[in-house]
Amino acid sequence: MTAAAGTAPAGTKTPVFRRAAEGKTLPILIVLGVIILIWYAFTVYLNAPWQMDAYERAGTEWTAADLVRDTMAQERPVLPSPHQVVAEIWKTTAGTRLTSKRNLFYHAWITLSSTLLGFVIGTVLGVLLAVGIVHNRAMDKSVMPWVIASQTIPILAVAPMIIVVLNAVGLSGLLPKALISTYLSFFPVVVGMVKGFRSPEAFQLDLMRTYNASGTQTFWKLRWPAALPYLFTSMKVAVAISLVGAIVGELPTGAVAGLGARLLAGSYYGQTVQIWSALFMAAALAAVLVGLVGIGQRMVMARMGEKP
Amino acid sequence: MNANPAIRQEASSPQTSKPVVQAKGLGLTFETNDGPVRALADVDLTINKGEFVSFIGPSGCGKTTFLRVIADLEQPTAGEILVNGMSPEEARRKRAYGYVFQAAGLFPWRTIEQNVALPLEIMGYSKAEQKERVHRTLDLVNLAGFEKKFPWQLSGGMQQRASIARALAFDADLLLMDEPFGALDEIVRDHLNEQLLDLWARTGKTIGFVTHSIPEAVYLSTRIIVMSPRPGRVTDVIVSPLPKERPLDIRESPEFLEIAHRVREGLRAGHGDD
Repeated sequence: MTAAAGTAPAGTKTPVFRRAAEGKTLPILIVLGVIILIWYAFTVYLNAPWQMDAYERAGTEWTAADLVRDTMAQERPVLPSPHQVVAEIWKTTAGTRLTSKRNLFYHAWITLSSTLLGFVIGTVLGVLLAVGIVHNRAMDKSVMPWVIASQTIPILAVAPMIIVVLNAVGLSGLLPKALISTYLSFFPVVVGMVKGFRSPEAFQLDLMRTYNASGTQTFWKLRWPAALPYLFTSMKVAVAISLVGAIVGELPTGAVAGLGARLLAGSYYGQTVQIWSALFMAAALAAVLVGLVGIGQRMVMARMGEKP
Repeated sequence: MNANPAIRQEASSPQTSKPVVQAKGLGLTFETNDGPVRALADVDLTINKGEFVSFIGPSGCGKTTFLRVIADLEQPTAGEILVNGMSPEEARRKRAYGYVFQAAGLFPWRTIEQNVALPLEIMGYSKAEQKERVHRTLDLVNLAGFEKKFPWQLSGGMQQRASIARALAFDADLLLMDEPFGALDEIVRDHLNEQLLDLWARTGKTIGFVTHSIPEAVYLSTRIIVMSPRPGRVTDVIVSPLPKERPLDIRESPEFLEIAHRVREGLRAGHGDD
């Protein structure tokens, strides 16, 4: 209390800047700045050969300043410059009708819907499997190896087959894509929750036994609350790879909408700016999703009396 | 010293002598990878209603195992044992005892009152009854006013008191305590010992108490069971001549020191075997 009061007068001048300097903001901004600088350097370096060819063919005289300026403004650069990507994102989000197929938000929403559906199914499936593994010896021995084996198969190889097989049985649209997300996202949930359900100590289980508690009571009053921190940690991983799954699911299926379709179209036509802007949209989406799980985690943990 | 008339005389009249725990020829052998380990061998012991019985001995002497057998947390491999005239399993199903572990083991996601209410929820007490009992037992262990705190906000001694309240919240007449104060420092321990005696006097519970502190055993108990390891067995049973009313400074009295001496002798004799 007294310490805060002591710094207050100095802080009143530029509180925002001061807070940024004291907190995590300043280091993050510095790192971001460095990354952008390196990016610009590579933009010039990677795009220069093509640009110099172009000058030669046109027979124009060029200076270093020309080269730097022009490498950052190519239509199909090897590496687009940051401001080109920002401009593209701006144009395809704020500059386009929200319902238009050119709008990046429209594509993000398509991907998001299958991400979320796949994530929810994956989390529920993961929790159920973990419950079975913890409570049933046979399942512990038989299911866990398969769970692990499932993740050694490259998703890119499986994704088209899942789509084709499901189409053959009459399932198309959102669900097959979501199931690819499920395939990836149930894994961290199973592993995390098995650990979480087993986290109560032996004497805590003994304690429940002395109360003659039923298996259900032991589960809901001890194992489940003990496992909740593990659930949120797993869900953070799961939601991020659900997004990867949804994008991968859009790649081999000739999907016409979604961030994956956008990446694919971009690479067909050499639209690197479009690829990069889709990538950034995906990254932003992942950050938001992980952030939301984090907020949920903090709210639940606060209610469960976690030390602040 | 064994002929001390006070000790002998007390032995014949322990309370109203209704047996709560009766063990006869009790044995327990754990099968381990290194061969069988005899945790308990030929234990004959009766604990009567209202007694405060301490089990003392070096680690591996089976004192905790014996308590766990009473609680139906371990299964004996020889002999027989009755708790309230039933098998330990039946007694456990009838919630005949409260068990206090060495670690307080409060659930960190529950407040103190929710922790004390845990057994009550499991046993299906009504909300009103839960509230009343939580209030009463927290009062009993001097934790009134800490209902809404989470365990981490309490000291180790207070947490252990809350765990005792949890074991007292339902109507078990038998309280089994496995080194409940072992992890606490000396001063807190003295304080809690005093409070435990007070609580025992007020509630009239039967208490089985495992410890490896000689002063603690002598200060608290009406009877001290000295045990020795390999195999775990009873080597001496000492009935305390100390009065029921015991201020802390009774520990300087000659009677106290005499019993402590005998306990120490018993422990040493048990160790002499190996």
